[in-house]
Amino acid sequence: MKQGGELPWWIASIGVALGIVLLWQVAADRGWVSPIFLPGPDRALAALREGFAAGGDLTLHVTTTIEHMLYGWVLASVIGIALGALIGSSRRTRDYLGPTLEFIRPLPASAIAPVAIAFLGLSQPMVLAVIAFGSVWPTLLATAHGVASVEPRLIEVARALRLSRLQVMFKIALPNAVPDILAALRYGLTVALILAVVGEMLAGQEGLGHRIILAARSFRSPDLFAGVILLGLIGFTSNALLAVAERRLLRWQGR
Amino acid sequence: MRFPRGLVVPLLALAAAEAAMRLSGLESDSIAPPSAIARAFATALADGTLLQATGETLGAAAAGLGLGGGAGLLLAIALGLSPALARLMRVPVDAFRPIPSVALIPIALLAWGFGFPMEIAIVSFACFWPMLIIGQAAIAGIEPRLLEVARVLRLSLPARIGKIVLPAALPRLFVAFRLATAVSLIVAVTVEITTNPLGLGYGLMQAQQALEPDRMFAFLLWLGLVGWGLNALLLVAQRRLFGRAGWVAEEVR
Repeated sequence: MKQGGELPWWIASIGVALGIVLLWQVAADRGWVSPIFLPGPDRALAALREGFAAGGDLTLHVTTTIEHMLYGWVLASVIGIALGALIGSSRRTRDYLGPTLEFIRPLPASAIAPVAIAFLGLSQPMVLAVIAFGSVWPTLLATAHGVASVEPRLIEVARALRLSRLQVMFKIALPNAVPDILAALRYGLTVALILAVVGEMLAGQEGLGHRIILAARSFRSPDLFAGVILLGLIGFTSNALLAVAERRLLRWQGR
Repeated sequence: MRFPRGLVVPLLALAAAEAAMRLSGLESDSIAPPSAIARAFATALADGTLLQATGETLGAAAAGLGLGGGAGLLLAIALGLSPALARLMRVPVDAFRPIPSVALIPIALLAWGFGFPMEIAIVSFACFWPMLIIGQAAIAGIEPRLLEVARVLRLSLPARIGKIVLPAALPRLFVAFRLATAVSLIVAVTVEITTNPLGLGYGLMQAQQALEPDRMFAFLLWLGLVGWGLNALLLVAQRRLFGRAGWVAEEVR
């Protein structure tokens, strides 16, 4: 398909999206859905404007949520890549640890929250621990898989060159795992945002998760929708940024 | 039989935890020795609370999976068969998909209050996306000659979908279903932990707040077993039903 042929479709698609927003506005104005839980987009936007104006608290909550998400994700990524490399590089560790990891992996990450609360209280470290625990799995498993699936001939080359284990890891195994790791990191960031919201709802301190629960409790639906829109934007932007980074870093693959 | 290396680590960890708790004589509100956890598990199993909570969680997860997954599948068929429709819906889909499902918890809470409907609504939203995205790719990726055959036979649209499209895409649709099932359990438990007073998630939260770590870990362990069992069951089903085709579907996911 030609590039020129795509543009009208994009414009039409944006038109469909705007149509949905318009329908939302009409539904709210006509009172088809109770305004208590469905404010029109106009009121949600007004709440956004107010929240970001001087004296509004949205800037604080947005940065807190992004910080939670990023710190937890970085922690999970470092641990995931290190442990994954360790597990992937040796058949023996795979045999010993594999079944345990396979058992923990399907466990809903938020289920660890009560345990984290029991140890860390309703605190910032609790939120980070929950995020890190939840988003470590995709990276860990992808790294282990990528490191374990090195082309056997490359290992023979490494043996012929008398590379040390560490050199094999950094020169052959990890580069081999990079495509897997990058895809997993992107997925891990999505998980991190979800768990940041969960953690903030439970910890009841700062952050968008806490703010939208408060808005719901006091029936301030425009504030609630403003928060949900911002969370959608954070999710969209972070995913898009990592997708761009992934494409750039993987250019050498040349498909 | 080979030496079961996978069991060494968990068994050693359990023994070490038991020994450490016994020797130190530690009384804690956040951790319990494995023997106490086993006792709490037996109690919860005997008095029916564990099974009732499991039923509530799985019920809400299944209802949400049916509603959201079904809606996702319908849209996937429409978008997979019509490239024009798929292009038109690109921006709306990209705009709604990144919203974290948990962000909708407060909205559902306002609309339905506590109880099954709000939990099912959120699980539905979460299950809608994997079914739509993977399903659409599966259906758009059907061998074009099969669709040509359908046209030559002048099959009606329902016949085309029922006799050609769905059977051809089935292995990958099953992979989507498996993922959506995992998502449904995760989201149901998350809703219960954050707000909804139902099911295993609430049981966990309650045990923590009552400072009963033995009960909390019993629930957590059980939840792990349920998640693991569900996943294992679906993997076996996938292998049985589709054999090599299922394996290929997994690879191209």
